[in-house]
Amino acid sequence: MALIASIALLITEHKSPRLDPLRSGLSVLIDPLKYLVDMPVMVFKNTQTAISSQTSLKAENKVLREEQYINKSKLLKFDALEKENIRLRALLENSFKLGEQVLIAELLSIKMAPYEHIVVVNKGTRFGVHAQQPVLDTNGIVGQVFRALPFSSEIMLITDLNHAIPVQINRNGLLTIAVGSGQLNRLNLPFLPNNADIRPGDLLITSGLGGTFPPGYPVGVVDDFTPESTKPFPAITATPKAMLDRNRELMIVWTKSTPIPLGVAPTTSEADTKNTVLKPLDTAIPTTTSKPATQKSNHD
Amino acid sequence: MIDQYSLGRILSTVAIAMILRIAPWPDFMVALNPDWVLLTLIYWTLALPERVGIFHAWTFGLLTDVLTGRLFGQHALAYSLISYACIKFHKRLRPFPLLQQQLFIFLFLLVSQLLLFWIKSLHTPGQLPAIFWLPVLTGTVCWPLVYKTLRFVRLLHNSK
Repeated sequence: MALIASIALLITEHKSPRLDPLRSGLSVLIDPLKYLVDMPVMVFKNTQTAISSQTSLKAENKVLREEQYINKSKLLKFDALEKENIRLRALLENSFKLGEQVLIAELLSIKMAPYEHIVVVNKGTRFGVHAQQPVLDTNGIVGQVFRALPFSSEIMLITDLNHAIPVQINRNGLLTIAVGSGQLNRLNLPFLPNNADIRPGDLLITSGLGGTFPPGYPVGVVDDFTPESTKPFPAITATPKAMLDRNRELMIVWTKSTPIPLGVAPTTSEADTKNTVLKPLDTAIPTTTSKPATQKSNHD
Repeated sequence: MIDQYSLGRILSTVAIAMILRIAPWPDFMVALNPDWVLLTLIYWTLALPERVGIFHAWTFGLLTDVLTGRLFGQHALAYSLISYACIKFHKRLRPFPLLQQQLFIFLFLLVSQLLLFWIKSLHTPGQLPAIFWLPVLTGTVCWPLVYKTLRFVRLLHNSK
């Protein structure tokens, strides 16, 4: 009977999301274990902060402040550019997607399963996280929320074998798809012909096609490659920009799906204040007209 | 003798096994990490077959599925099959010396891994490296350790 029940479960979950409530319920039982496993690492980190000397903290503070000044001055210009861009897009009669919010989530030190690049963070549906949300760090795209549970969520990294992300080359706008390689420092670009205009060092950014990832975020940098005339497709690889194996803080992004009406100056992204932790972030670098395309889901 | 405390002991050992399952091992060890929950379950079904049954195995399997983010039911399927075999053969397996037991443990772990492999390959195309099968070996090697520890836990309870 247990066999029949398990097989029924397997088939049901493979076919539909109907079992999600059950999984959420059971995960409430299981999640304390995840936090328990994470605790030694967290305690270690906290003690490290507690015993670090005042001078080192001062130095760190200084560096951070300088960084903030530089970033702020960059943002000054960005505001003007963004407005200009919207005006130009209005001239072209294109709508413009804007306004994203982020939630900072912390990684739990857990190894879920080998051969899969899935990490667990400490924010779940209680914070409004839902599946297929993009996840970033300060350098670029990390992955997407694969499964959101009440107290934690599973995030599939872009390097997972089952993950694919629509990208474009920043230099010339060439569209392609970056597929995970199963190695943390490598992405594959298997769908480009030999004569594609792509060079080592090109920056790959998200194209916004597929709807999961907002356009304009850096994904990776193209590695060296040699075009092979004997094969129809060259083996092009890229290195992810995000520090996939070194970060403890990740940002889960909410994208506003309603485009801004034409010709209207944008109000600075007003927060959907469901949650006080949400912080507004003005990061919509327009690259393509964001048009809805077929949803590219990457399920395990 | 069995009393109501043994269930608490069983649950806590399974919880520890689950912690070991998801502990942040160094990278080379993740691929070797044996299925601690299954090993614990095998011990308890061999030692207390009248106490730990297929239903327990199925429940622990479901929890393991949630824990490791698998498709629902695959660990439940494997665990309930293995626990059935354990309960069926517990009289024969119990008097075996550890080395001979390990042979059977090897078989059990292999069957479980095979089931997981089939389910995985059914719903996701793509090959797995040969190292996928290594947890079976490491699990077999770890069996005496699990056996001794859990036996200690069980007898600790009996002497009280």
